[in-house]
Amino acid sequence: MNTVHNVVIAGLGGQGVIKASDILADAAFRAGYDVKKSELHGMSQRGGSVSSDVRFGPQVWSPMVPAGEADALVVLEETQVEVNRGVLRPDGVLIGPELLDAEALKNKKSLNVTLLGALSTQLPIAQEHWLAAIHANLAPKLHKLNEQSFSLGRAAAERVAAKN
Amino acid sequence: MSDSPQLLSGDEAIALAALHAGVRLGTGYPGTPSTEILETFDRLGGRAQWSPNEKVALEVGLGAAFGGARTLVTMKHVGLNVAADPLFTAAYTDLVAGLVVVSADDPGMASSQNEQDNRHYARAAAVPMLEPMDSQEAYDFTLLAFEVSERWHLPVLLRITTRVCHAKTVVRPQNGFQAGSPVGPEPGFRRDIPARVMIPAYAKPAHRRLRQKLAEIAAWNDAEGPNRIFAGGSELCLIATGIAAMHAREAAPQASLLTIGMTYPLPLETIRTFAECCERVVVLEEGDPVLADALKAAGIAAEGKPEHYRYGELNVARVRRILAGDLSPEPVPPKGKPPELCQGCSHRGVFEVLRDLNCIVAGDIGCYTLGVLPPFQAMDTCVCMGASIGVGLGLRHVLPEAEARRVVSVIGDSTFVHSGITGLAEMVYNPPATGHVVLILDNGTTAMTGQQEHPGTGRTLSHDPTGRIHFEDLARAMGVQNVHLVDFQAAEGTLATLLKDLLAKSETSLVVTRQPCVLAAPKIRFYEKAAADRSATAPAAVVDD
Repeated sequence: MNTVHNVVIAGLGGQGVIKASDILADAAFRAGYDVKKSELHGMSQRGGSVSSDVRFGPQVWSPMVPAGEADALVVLEETQVEVNRGVLRPDGVLIGPELLDAEALKNKKSLNVTLLGALSTQLPIAQEHWLAAIHANLAPKLHKLNEQSFSLGRAAAERVAAKN
Repeated sequence: MSDSPQLLSGDEAIALAALHAGVRLGTGYPGTPSTEILETFDRLGGRAQWSPNEKVALEVGLGAAFGGARTLVTMKHVGLNVAADPLFTAAYTDLVAGLVVVSADDPGMASSQNEQDNRHYARAAAVPMLEPMDSQEAYDFTLLAFEVSERWHLPVLLRITTRVCHAKTVVRPQNGFQAGSPVGPEPGFRRDIPARVMIPAYAKPAHRRLRQKLAEIAAWNDAEGPNRIFAGGSELCLIATGIAAMHAREAAPQASLLTIGMTYPLPLETIRTFAECCERVVVLEEGDPVLADALKAAGIAAEGKPEHYRYGELNVARVRRILAGDLSPEPVPPKGKPPELCQGCSHRGVFEVLRDLNCIVAGDIGCYTLGVLPPFQAMDTCVCMGASIGVGLGLRHVLPEAEARRVVSVIGDSTFVHSGITGLAEMVYNPPATGHVVLILDNGTTAMTGQQEHPGTGRTLSHDPTGRIHFEDLARAMGVQNVHLVDFQAAEGTLATLLKDLLAKSETSLVVTRQPCVLAAPKIRFYEKAAADRSATAPAAVVDD
């Protein structure tokens, strides 16, 4: 069975959307999946809407997540939720800053990685691959902060899940 | 390391393949979605250079190939318009070493002024074209392109599209490549006048040779070209190129699928054989119906897509609709937030002045094109690289005087070097009766494409010091009557006062507004410091400026 996991990460230019999707794609690649990742560069860098698609599984064909087929939508900026909601499948998971408590959001500059931590509870990718991907995609001086953010996001998502 | 699988964008895969193919020189001009190819090639240790524009990049590449060096030339789709002149006649010549020209097309116009389909260029210039559908093929086809180029001694076009350029997919590099080991011919000059001097006496037989080469390549493409069949049922058979093949595979996994890797000259017999045993054959291609029309001309029965799908990118949903014959209106995705000039961007102040002075602004290609959007709405034309100057002059020539005096041409620093210098020559040579005012918005980088260097920055692609063109000196030497610099420390109102004064004169004027791009400024300071440190330790290496 060719189960492809579909994730869309969205936000505004400069928020680290592309960096987050790089880390996710790398983590999935390290976990041994076929991976495809796609977004549009260029004009989107100037503060406009940005979204990036990541797909992984035994075999992935198109690099773009079809509308209505995303398992998870990660949104870094509230105004971008409605713009992107159409990518989610009916029972897909929306992950945004409003789901997390203040403790999880204390590292403001690494919101993208915090939300990846929350996303990680939804995906079959082992912790070691996430950490390796964070190391490979960020400068060494940012490793500690981002590892911490990732853990905070993951723990916050687990707290939310335990409540429901 | 180099043999293990990697997750690469199509652009990165082409750069890696160029390294493995022993490419000795990469040239190009930055342009989304092609820019990362040369940047990656440089980072991997290859020799890469930004040229002032694509025409020069291709000419340098052609010279290198005449000299026996494998050469890669990269550009975006509209860049090939600029480089079309050398391309069409380079096709007539006999190359010594491989020359691969990358055209990165932008269907859907993610970051371009048009969505022209550069497959037309392959047919028009009579050069072979390869079209990868993912990063693996981008890697494989780059290597293959050099083989084809050297076997038939002609340039080869590698056409990629935004989703192939920027999508990351898994690449397994070929075994045995080692960086630095010699691959391809050794550079050296061998005189061959009839093969390279395209006067009519030599060009006439050269054209016939070219057509003979294409006939041989078509036969090779049928026999062993990079075209693949995914076996499936005979009720539905798909013929697809580029990224459309990936969407097709996902949208109709049960269908038979033929993917065409070399799309010019086509493997028509392969296609004919594939199509013969099918009940329904559908051609899936982004952009213009180039393949569908070619099959029609060859008498191969196949459906094209409805006209509606000429526009924009394809995706899985659109391919499903094409296959289902669904002609109902497509759902319109909600609009996101449009891009804008950065907070603190030096262009903002310029467009505020142009808006307040009610100027008619002939604009150009770059970040500053965003000056057309609110709150400025201070741009009236934007067509192609460098057009601001010519278009501004044309307006000045014909408009009533009161309107003519409001016309200003606005162009960025990199765009000015690319195609603005000849416009300045035109202004000096054919000045309008009211004169003209050209503004160079010099932010010290090619900002829009991701902060690349150019001849106006005085740094090479890899940010090392080199010769620099000074715009003010150049304009004075060319005979522009008034040349002014407004730098970022100028008092508020300086630019408005100066412009009012120049617009009232019937003279030719150039104003350079200079302030580093806010995104690039920290890096520029870093490069300048590195250069200063180096020249302090090695006085002989001091460069001008």
